[in-house]
Amino acid sequence: MPLLSPLLTLTRVSRDFDVSAPWLNRVIERQPRRTLRAVDDVSFEVAGGETLALVGESGCGKSTVARLIVGLYAPSAGHVEFRGRRMQMIFQDPYASLNPRWRVKDIVAEPIKLLGTKAKIGDMLMQVGLSPDDGEKYPHEFSGGQRQRISIARALAGEPDFLVCDEPTSALDVSVQAQILNLMSALQERLGLTYIFISHNLAVVSHIADRVGVMYLGRVVELAPAAELFTRPRHPYTRMLLDAVPDLGMSGKPRTPVGGEVPNPLAPPSGCAFHPRCPHANERCRREQPQVIDNVACHAVEERRINLAAQS
Amino acid sequence: MILDIKNLRVEFPTRRGTLVAVDDVSLGIAPGEVLGLVGESGAGKTLTGLAIIGLLEPPGRIAAGEVRLEGRRIDNLPHEELRRVRGRRIGVVFQDPLTSLNPLYTVGEQLEETILTHLPLSKSQARTRALSLLREVGIPAPEARLHQYPHQFSGGMRQRVVIALALAAEPSLVIADEPTTALDVSIQAQVIALLKRLARERGTAVMLITHDMGVIAETAQRVAVMYAGRLVEIGPVREVIHSPRHPYTAGLMGSIPKISARRDRHLAQIEGAMPRLNAIPPGCPFNPRCPRRFERCLVARPHLVPAGASQAACWLHAAP
Repeated sequence: MPLLSPLLTLTRVSRDFDVSAPWLNRVIERQPRRTLRAVDDVSFEVAGGETLALVGESGCGKSTVARLIVGLYAPSAGHVEFRGRRMQMIFQDPYASLNPRWRVKDIVAEPIKLLGTKAKIGDMLMQVGLSPDDGEKYPHEFSGGQRQRISIARALAGEPDFLVCDEPTSALDVSVQAQILNLMSALQERLGLTYIFISHNLAVVSHIADRVGVMYLGRVVELAPAAELFTRPRHPYTRMLLDAVPDLGMSGKPRTPVGGEVPNPLAPPSGCAFHPRCPHANERCRREQPQVIDNVACHAVEERRINLAAQS
Repeated sequence: MILDIKNLRVEFPTRRGTLVAVDDVSLGIAPGEVLGLVGESGAGKTLTGLAIIGLLEPPGRIAAGEVRLEGRRIDNLPHEELRRVRGRRIGVVFQDPLTSLNPLYTVGEQLEETILTHLPLSKSQARTRALSLLREVGIPAPEARLHQYPHQFSGGMRQRVVIALALAAEPSLVIADEPTTALDVSIQAQVIALLKRLARERGTAVMLITHDMGVIAETAQRVAVMYAGRLVEIGPVREVIHSPRHPYTAGLMGSIPKISARRDRHLAQIEGAMPRLNAIPPGCPFNPRCPRRFERCLVARPHLVPAGASQAACWLHAAP
């Protein structure tokens, strides 16, 4: 169902990367051009004030989607439409994303200078749980978690209403991750922010997201409200991902062993990209690419071959 | 006990004084047992592993305590002898499989070399053994894979090769330092299952070093929790996860996001951060962040005492 006033709309967005050998090799060795489709026909909408999470394993294209949204890449096909005021991005590695030669106050002030907005640096730092005096220090004087707070302060300095967060807690220890996730939730509530949250960690996503999109080999295979996705996963890949999460409760419930690995994106399987690993695959899945119907792209779900009773 | 560590202390002398990275750590691992060693970055878990295998980077050194492998003391062995013991009796698996494999040799050559160095076998016997190792760690078509180079393997398959290498000389102890951290969740589950099966079937003692409580819950029988270089709690996995006795363990367990349908936005969090090694507070190292501290915690260092089925280094559990 279309959202009433989406802040962001992606319409059939694809992105190809040219991974051909150099020109001379292609001529001498008669190799063709090769392209890698990192994002393939992705459409979704994000409403103001919500958190949409994109999950998937490495190489599924989730970070490429993040970069397409903020405009670091241009789409090869389709288009991205943003109706909000301003967007900012938070990166995974708080060690690589802060200039080590700048004082924290200059790092946080950079977007303000460029945009001419008026926010006090001290207030920005307090907002993320740092002290105003920290502005005089350099990034190396801070721990990973504090650096990620600085990144968030910098992102907020431009007064955005939309934040794209690419694995913002993956480089952090769990106790620090909890602090950052709590901070992000509090800021969302206070400032009415909208988040795109990219993560490979389903447990983290279940804490922060309103809706979750599951990606596999460049496509969104299932998109559902978080509560629904985690209790009643429909796509076999979503079920597999949920099954692979280590069970901290130690309920001893038997786990279906997960077979195989993500295929090489340069030579994607025919039909449904998940069919080599899928227990429900049949002839049609091998031949025909499934279309997104009712927010899930799976022949077995469409044909009601999968028992959709609630899991666990 | 296959491995028995007593009062291990690792120090790094620096110009500004000596840093104690591992402080008075004692633990043991029985045959076939998987012991999890958890802690956040800088807690000293990796250094504990390196100290056991004698691979501490100078100036780091074992300043006190002893390490026994199958009853024999190994921390004071001469360099060459320790190298032999390490190669023969201890297998090591690191986080990044690429750093443990030589890109210039085929996987078969690396396995055979390791086997021939440590076991009295002929070349053809070594090849047979290399094949059966690859088969055992679940690599499909091992005959063909034997002739391939590490870069031709995917991340999960590479980690399997590293595990096969670690097992090549039939070690009695395997030390696995974050073996699943670089892998995707679906591959992670496969590697966990493999480690568990190896411990069970071969009677190998496994020390599983990780920051991921979920991996420990799935794999280990007992778990030791480290904080600021010290053991703060050790006990059966189920006990430590369901009824943590040390406030740090309790905070750590609370801060792990869990999948639940009912979305609870607020995670329990431990305020502050782990102290740096040059600023470990007196008394209990956790006291500045502890919600349950009292006077004694500020002045006296707690040692491990029985607490339920576990042991915890916390004054809450000490006899009054």
